[in-house]
Amino acid sequence: MRRIISVLMENEPGALSRVVGLFSQRGYNIESLTVAPTEDATLSRLTLTTIGDDHKIEQITKNLNKLIDVVKLVDLTEGSHIERELLLVKVRATGAQRDEVKRSVDIFRGQIVDVTSNMYTVQVSGTSEKLDAFLQALGEHTIMETVRSGVSGIARGEKILSI
Amino acid sequence: MELLSGGDMLVRALQDEGVDLIFGYPGGSALHIYDAIFRQKSIKHVLVRHEQGATHAADGYARATGNTGVVLVTSGPGATNAITGIATAYMDSIPMVVISGQVPSEKIGEDAFQETDMVGCSRPIVKHSFLVKKAEDIPEVVKKAFYIAATGRPGPVVIDIPKDVTNPVDRYPYQYPEKLRMRSYTPAGKGHAGQIRKAVALLLSAKRPVIYAGGGVIQGDGSELLTELAQRLNFPVTNTLMGLGAYPGTDKRFLGMLGMHGTFEANTAMHHADVILAVGARFDDRVTNTPNKFCPGAKVIHIDVDPASISKTITADVPIVGTVQSVLGEMLEMLKSSKEMPDQSAIVDWWRQIDDWRERHGLYTAPRYRTDGDMIMPQEVISAVHKITGGDAFVTSDVGQHQMFAAQYYLFDKPRRWINSGGLGTMGFGLPAALGVKMAHPDSEVVCVTGEGSIQMCIQELSTATQYNLPVKILCLNNQALGMVKQWQEMQYEGRLSNSVYEESLPDFIALAEAYGHLGMKIEHRDELHGKLAEAFAIKDRTVFIDVYVDPTEHVYPMQVMPSGSMRDMWLSKTERT
Repeated sequence: MRRIISVLMENEPGALSRVVGLFSQRGYNIESLTVAPTEDATLSRLTLTTIGDDHKIEQITKNLNKLIDVVKLVDLTEGSHIERELLLVKVRATGAQRDEVKRSVDIFRGQIVDVTSNMYTVQVSGTSEKLDAFLQALGEHTIMETVRSGVSGIARGEKILSI
Repeated sequence: MELLSGGDMLVRALQDEGVDLIFGYPGGSALHIYDAIFRQKSIKHVLVRHEQGATHAADGYARATGNTGVVLVTSGPGATNAITGIATAYMDSIPMVVISGQVPSEKIGEDAFQETDMVGCSRPIVKHSFLVKKAEDIPEVVKKAFYIAATGRPGPVVIDIPKDVTNPVDRYPYQYPEKLRMRSYTPAGKGHAGQIRKAVALLLSAKRPVIYAGGGVIQGDGSELLTELAQRLNFPVTNTLMGLGAYPGTDKRFLGMLGMHGTFEANTAMHHADVILAVGARFDDRVTNTPNKFCPGAKVIHIDVDPASISKTITADVPIVGTVQSVLGEMLEMLKSSKEMPDQSAIVDWWRQIDDWRERHGLYTAPRYRTDGDMIMPQEVISAVHKITGGDAFVTSDVGQHQMFAAQYYLFDKPRRWINSGGLGTMGFGLPAALGVKMAHPDSEVVCVTGEGSIQMCIQELSTATQYNLPVKILCLNNQALGMVKQWQEMQYEGRLSNSVYEESLPDFIALAEAYGHLGMKIEHRDELHGKLAEAFAIKDRTVFIDVYVDPTEHVYPMQVMPSGSMRDMWLSKTERT
């Protein structure tokens, strides 16, 4: 099962490599990874998605917690949560295609953020599933380049991850 | 406030941490630190002959004392040579602080002379590591390093220090922090009271209980409480390779070691148990054999200070995260105040069954090796040494058949006496570890049980023994082959001895020992074994290399059937299987 694990860790050099290293060392998969400092500059927030059964996820969270740089973590998929990923995609758009692409962008509530006479650069945000669906809707032949941010997430309601 | 250079700060911080012994090897990036060591008196530095030896010696010292071992090496090859020893300490959860010199900050990343990314190289085998960016950080980093290394599940911590940070010219105010605040590190303390109550209830309901105790009991100084608990309940106890000595080896409730080369009675009792109390043990693959066939009828209580060890390979029915001392202490309190006891007739029946297993195939009810002929049997050598040393020596070992024979036949009554590389299985560990133990216990008998293969992996440390006058006994069970490799090749590869024999290339160990200034003694015949061993052990002021030629055809038994066997599936001899 796919899980979103959100980690609050010391904003220290080497902290990220310990997290990533743990995954390769213990044979866990990382599907996506995002990391940036928080409002408290001494802390970073890292969000990763991984796939595994309950036993594996339990081991992953236990071993992450063992890392000295990890302050706190939560498996967001255990409760209701909001997840977002940002997609930027360069799409070939000439002639009749220009309108067709624009319609798809509107349907997915994306934005065209850059234009040339031959292409659009489109920005879409949402769940990873939605981004997958958008790319599928575009059809492979028109896509020239994609870049995805990886998943970020936050719990719904009053639950917060902080120290 | 006093102004000190980075190098002096480091040494002062070590002193303030109570360090009085460092094992190390100097080199360019560590020279400022070495100069600071030269200018002080309270810390003794032992110069080894290879950085691997420094880590094993510090490791042996740590295992024998419970203190944190300290290592100092230079950058590049000094640091990478230390890696095997750091990994050894990591696998066995040994508290160690390794300080490595690093190239100057401004050269990091330029492929400078003797540069290696030590923090990166050591990352998967340390509990934590620090790269010191400025001298002012040294006191706090040292304080944190020692705290992290020794608390919770202990382990090695690396402090990598660029040369400019220890520069003798720049001085900074020095103050050693009294307290630490680490928001991201809170080692486990007391166990959950509800879980402990559940565990006690389960123990009281047990009809076929086994206590399975590992190295955590020794590291967590829980041996006395474990012994009290087992004796109060009259439960059988088995120890892992790492846990030997956690429960007295000569006590009648001790079943011997369990696992791949565990005793018939320990492995069989585990298989048939209804309740297993696992304490400071991690259900290693060398213990469980095939996990899904592990102890089918058993409810498992698992006490460990490391939550990640619980339900990793075997699911615990009653997991308890906490220190061995506090959890066992609370269990005993509950048992004492409730005055309840398990069903005595069931326990008596269980003991009758265990005694029957002991009679049939136990290692301690009759010799399970050949006792006639001129050939010396390795088991006999260990038993003889146990007798000569009154069972009270510190025994270090290398890795292979000799290690298993030592584990089976030197019955340890006290914790911290059996010092071996259990997790990583590091050949070359024994001799430097013995030197570390001897530094800690100069008046105690220290024996390194080794083989002619392992000893050659760190034999250069014979020179360290000379320099610091460390009279240890080196007991080489010489079977003229890589015995355990050969055993597997004979059992699983139809006897194709691929690269496990030396073809007449073995050195004359006696001459070699003597070249280093030690005594050498060769024992080849069975009738001279006891006399010569007594002679060797009577020598207290010299390192003695005892080269014992043992039966090269002997295998270690019992040996669990692999792959896909259960705990109780064992070879008992070359021809006999359970």
